[in-house]
Formats: sequence, structure tokens, C-alpha cells
Amino acid sequence: MPNLKKHSMTEIIERKQLVPNVHTCTIHAPDIAKKALPGQFIIIIPDEYSERTPITIADWDKKAGTVTFVFLEIGSSTHRLAEMQPGDKIYSCTGPLGQPFKLDKYGTVALVGGCYGIGGIYHAAKALKKLGNKVISFSEARSKFLLYWNEKLEEASNEVRYATTDGSKGIKGHAWDLLQQNLKEKEKINYIIAIGCTFMMYKVAEVTEPYGIPTIVSMNPVMIDGTGMCGACRIVVDNQTKFACVDGPHFDAHKIDWNIIMSRRKAYLEEEIISQER
Amino acid sequence: MAKVSAKKTPMREQPPKERIHNYDEVPFGYSPEEAILEAQRCIQCKKPGCIAGCPVEIDIPGFIKHIAEKNFKEGINLLKEQNILPAVCGRVCPQEEQCEKVCVIGVKNEPVAIGRLERFLADWEREQGEIEIPPKPKPSRKKVAIVGVGPAGITVAADVVRWGHKVDMFEALHQPGGVLVYGIPEFRLPKEIVFREIDYLRKLGVRLFTDSVIGMVKSIDELLKEYHAIFLGTGAGLPWFLEVPGENLNGIYSANEYLTRANLMKAYLFPKYKTPIVKGKRVVTVGGGNVAMDCARTALRLGAEKSVIVYRRTRKEMPARDEEIHHAEEEGVIFQFLSNPAAFHGDKRNWVREVECIRMKLGEPDDSGRRRPVPIPDANFRMPIDVAIIAIGNSPNPLIPSTTPDIETGKWGNIIADPETGKTSKKGVFAGGDVATGAATVILAMGAGKKAARGIDEFLQTGVW
Repeated sequence: MPNLKKHSMTEIIERKQLVPNVHTCTIHAPDIAKKALPGQFIIIIPDEYSERTPITIADWDKKAGTVTFVFLEIGSSTHRLAEMQPGDKIYSCTGPLGQPFKLDKYGTVALVGGCYGIGGIYHAAKALKKLGNKVISFSEARSKFLLYWNEKLEEASNEVRYATTDGSKGIKGHAWDLLQQNLKEKEKINYIIAIGCTFMMYKVAEVTEPYGIPTIVSMNPVMIDGTGMCGACRIVVDNQTKFACVDGPHFDAHKIDWNIIMSRRKAYLEEEIISQER
Repeated sequence: MAKVSAKKTPMREQPPKERIHNYDEVPFGYSPEEAILEAQRCIQCKKPGCIAGCPVEIDIPGFIKHIAEKNFKEGINLLKEQNILPAVCGRVCPQEEQCEKVCVIGVKNEPVAIGRLERFLADWEREQGEIEIPPKPKPSRKKVAIVGVGPAGITVAADVVRWGHKVDMFEALHQPGGVLVYGIPEFRLPKEIVFREIDYLRKLGVRLFTDSVIGMVKSIDELLKEYHAIFLGTGAGLPWFLEVPGENLNGIYSANEYLTRANLMKAYLFPKYKTPIVKGKRVVTVGGGNVAMDCARTALRLGAEKSVIVYRRTRKEMPARDEEIHHAEEEGVIFQFLSNPAAFHGDKRNWVREVECIRMKLGEPDDSGRRRPVPIPDANFRMPIDVAIIAIGNSPNPLIPSTTPDIETGKWGNIIADPETGKTSKKGVFAGGDVATGAATVILAMGAGKKAARGIDEFLQTGVW
């Protein structure tokens, strides 16, 4: 069969493990770097056999023509990506996709990042600070050694607060616990963005709802094409079906039907186990 | 001259019981002997209706005469003058609605099997190995960008490159071909055939950029700075859902998702290919078009014990081709006519477990001329299912219109384009195929591509809009 892909492969410039299971990867993608905006994502297919995998863009350099992203090694396709080395070619890389964050001068903005989302909030922090907001970033992990980009995030934000479940850095608990504590202490926060695992985003939404603070979460449902063609990523917001890939990925956390997103994300757990065994 | 046989020369195919266990193509195609025999059924009318019946106006009696005289090489060359994708069209065109419908032989007997003969020539050429590349035309120094590498865009590319223009094609997915690759299953249209036809374009000098979502990575206005003309053939890529309760349960797919997983992502080869698909034992497909047949037949090949098509009218009103319905029936697909889902019911883990349907009866004809289905009150029934596929149609993909505010769209979100030239409301931008007309067929998209190619060429030469 003729190989029609060979001219559209993307070279890896750097790929390293930041903390166990979380990697950063920089690729040569000048067209994407030129257009990327905070909050957008790319779809990567590491090799011919892999799935189309949506990944939040963490950083980019227009001059160098590079795009950097942080990803969690969780399924067979991200596992394959985690094995790849500088100089290797990614089979397919498409982007930028999705709507960027609506960035404005809100006042005090809290950015909550966990897992790959710590990378995900980095550029939003930079951009929001530049717009004159007071940016407080919340970075969370199970333990101190699982936190990454602390210095980068501290430089990009006005303040970074840490939460670890074992208490080895910052408060003992989750970012949402810390946020709840801060809000109880009457800290004024005007706008919140959370990126990370679905449960974390759900908990953040639960914490902020009674205070009526606009809360934006970055949805990460199963996706295929990323252009609105298949509807795999449909979620329900304000009783309406939306496609996360083109209508999102950012939505009002207080209007999301969390039950649907949580169960849809788990749809292929059994298949994932089979896929990893082979 | 021998008496014309009343029936088409039969085409051998895989027996239904065997083929539901593999993804290989169902019909085998004609041997040279069978093709010659069938070609001899054509009486070479002085005023052939078939040419006018073909959206791309192939010289049908001409290529059939070459087959009858065993001049296959001349036959394929003549065919390709009008049709860049004969191997595809020979397989998926609704010939019974077009060329074969107006065939004179068909008045009293079965019409000449034009589609099968077209397929024969294309397959014959491929089997010969290296495909002949025509001499390079004189370069015009004009550049054309084609957005969407499906049937419409491929047709435009083939014509404008032959007229000396430089052509770059942009495809959003990681493989070119559009619906030919993500939608139509391997057992109906082997992907190798599509890729070879696109490879032929590359040999003509067309450049192909996959992974390029125009509207996101580059705007139409940015493309207009680099190219003298743009053709938009982005297809009908926005799936419709039924909008009934329970439709977001796990196990419910749009036809686009189901077919994209199975075909483009090769989920039928899971876990070698890593994209999963839910292999339900009881699969229900909602809809009555070719896409619904493709889904129901794919489900059987993925191991479904029961594959049911739920359609709100009767067999007579089904928009699918007879051949597709026939193949589905042979393979054991069950048809539940005069029914339409009212709701899906799930379990505690949010997996679909039942579909609840309304029974319908046929009322007065509607705008399409088909009798309108009318619900019968208090006659709902339930069927246990593991997977549901919604194959009720698509609207044009909104990505380009939404990122190009000055392009005029119609009420279905379709890009408004002159059907004769493909011209849109934006100077230098042409459109055709499903994005302009709404979901239709491969050959109609190719017909629109033919016309747009002429429109583009004229614009490049005259600059007149």
C-alpha cells in the first residue's frame, strides 16, 4: 500500500520524564506554534497502531517553531509516546484544536492544576498575569516528588500554593481542600480555571459553586477526530449536548452533567487492559 | 449478433456465511472473460442516455466498446479522461439511479452492468502494476489549495493539476480519502484502492498535507495569501443525534464514530491496533441509508449475534441502495420497520441496556415525496441491546464557516456555492460536495468537483469573479 503519511510526520526534539508517569515532550511543529493559544490542545498518534490521543498544549515557541506538552502515561498510546526519543518521528500530530481560554482582566484568578494539568495551567498563568490579574496557582499531587514545574509556575504566577495528600509539600490534602479553606477564610477570588483529572475538576466545581465564583474546567473526554465529526466527546452542559473538541474543551463547571462525563470516560477500561497486555 | 442476455453477467462474491467473519471485499469483480461477455450486451446506442445519466459524463459506450474488443488499456484511458476514481465509483456509485437507470437494454431486461465494467477496468489496470503517468502540462504559475481530501477535493485536484496549476491538498485527519476511508468499510471499498488513487494524484505533482485542520492551523484568509484559488470540500461531518433521553449512555455511537473507529482506526484489528470499539452481542442501528447498512454489517463482522436496523418507514422508502439492502439481508441483518427510538435505558454504570421504540404507520407523503411516518400511540416496545448506532444523517461540518465569517451559509450550515461553477460568496473561494449540498453521494460530490474545477480554471485564467 502506498505510504501517504511520510511527509507529515512530526519530529520529537525532547522527551523526558518529569516525575513518575508524567512526561514532557517538545516537538517541531512550527505551524501549530504559530497559532497556539492558551487552553488549546493537539491530537497525537504516536505510531501507526496508536489511538488518536488529545493532549493539552503546555507551552510553545513561535520563533523556534516548537510546541511542548505534558502528558500522563496512562494507556497504551501514551505508553508508546513515553518510549519515544529525540529524533523519533510521531506518526501524526494535529492542532491547535479547540477553543482557547477566554482571558480577560478578572481580578484575582485561581488556577488549579493536577497531574498533566500543572503543565496545562502554566501558559494561562503567564497570559492572565500579563493582563493584570493576580494569579494564584494551586498545584497538587500525592507527594512532593510528584510535583513538577514548581519554579516555572512560581515565575508565571503571583503565588503558588501546594497541596499533597501525604503533606510532604504545602497543605496535607487536595487542591480543592486548600481552595475551600481559602474561600472559607473569605479570600476574594473572582475567577477559577481547573485542569487535571475529572474527579479533581468535579471537586473544584463542588467547592466553588456555593460561592458563585465562575469556574471553568477543561474537559478531557474520549475523542477521535477532534473536529466535531464523530461526537465521541459529547458531554451535557446546561442540559444541552456539546462536543468537547469544538465547543470546548472549556466549560462552565457548574453546568456540567458530571455523571455523564465520568461514566463516558470509563467506557473503555476493559479494552485498555487488553490493549496493554499485548 | 447474438441475442442479448436478459440478465447481467453475474459477479461472483463471498458467500454470506463466510464473509460475516472477515473484512475482505464482498464481490470479487469480473474476470476478463466475464467483462467481455457483459460488454457485448451493450448495443452502442447512437444517442446514449447513460452519458447524460452520469454526473461526471463518462463516455460509457466508448469504454464498454474497448472492453468488448479486449482493448482494456484504451478502455481505462478513456474512462480516466472523465473519472479519476473509477475503482471507487465502480464500487460505490448508485448506478441503478444514474447511468444504468436510463440504459436502453434496461427497458425490457436488466441494464448493462456499467458499474461492474467500470470497476473491472480500474482493477485490471491496478493489476498490471505501474500506472502510466501522462506527460506534465505546461505550468500556469497559479496555485490552488484544496481543503478536504475526499471525493470532491480529489476530483478537483485531478483536473486542475492536469491543466498545469500547482495543487496542495489539506486533510484534517491523518489519512487522506475523507468518507472513502473513515466511513465506507473495507469490505465494501478496500482502502488500498483509495490510497492508490490518491498516490496517483501525487505522481501527477499534487502535494498532500495530512493532519491539517484548516480554520485552526491556517485560516482561509491566510491561504488566500498563498494561493490563487481555494476549493472547500470539507464534507458533511457533523453527526445528527435523535435527541431522545438516554442518548449519551455508554455504548451509543454516531455512525461517524462507529465507522471511524472500525475503518480509519482499524478497531476490527484490535488489540494490534489500539483503538477499541464496543463489540456488542445485540446491536441496533437507527436509520435507512447506506451508512446504516454499513454500520449493521460492520457490527456482524465485529461479532454481533443480532444486528437490527430500526427504520421509521418501510423497506420501500429506505434511501439505501438495493444492493446494500440485499447484502445486509443476506448476511442476516434484521429489519425492524415502522419503528423509531423514543428513549434508551441504561444500567447503574450508565451502559445502554434497552432501546424503547415507538411504532409508526405511514401517513400522507411529505416534501420528499415519501410517506410520512406517524407515531401510533401506546404501542411502544423495548428491545434489549448492548450497542446502538445512530445513522440518521449529517450536516455540513461547521469548522470552516465558523472561522470564516464572510463566507455565506444556508440554513443547514451549508456553504452556499454556485452549482455550475462552485463559486462561494468569497472571492477566490470555491466549494462543492456535501459541504455545499448536505450529505449526498460520492459521485455527486465528484460531479460538483468537476464543475468547480472548470470554475477554478476559468477564474485563474480570467480573474473574473
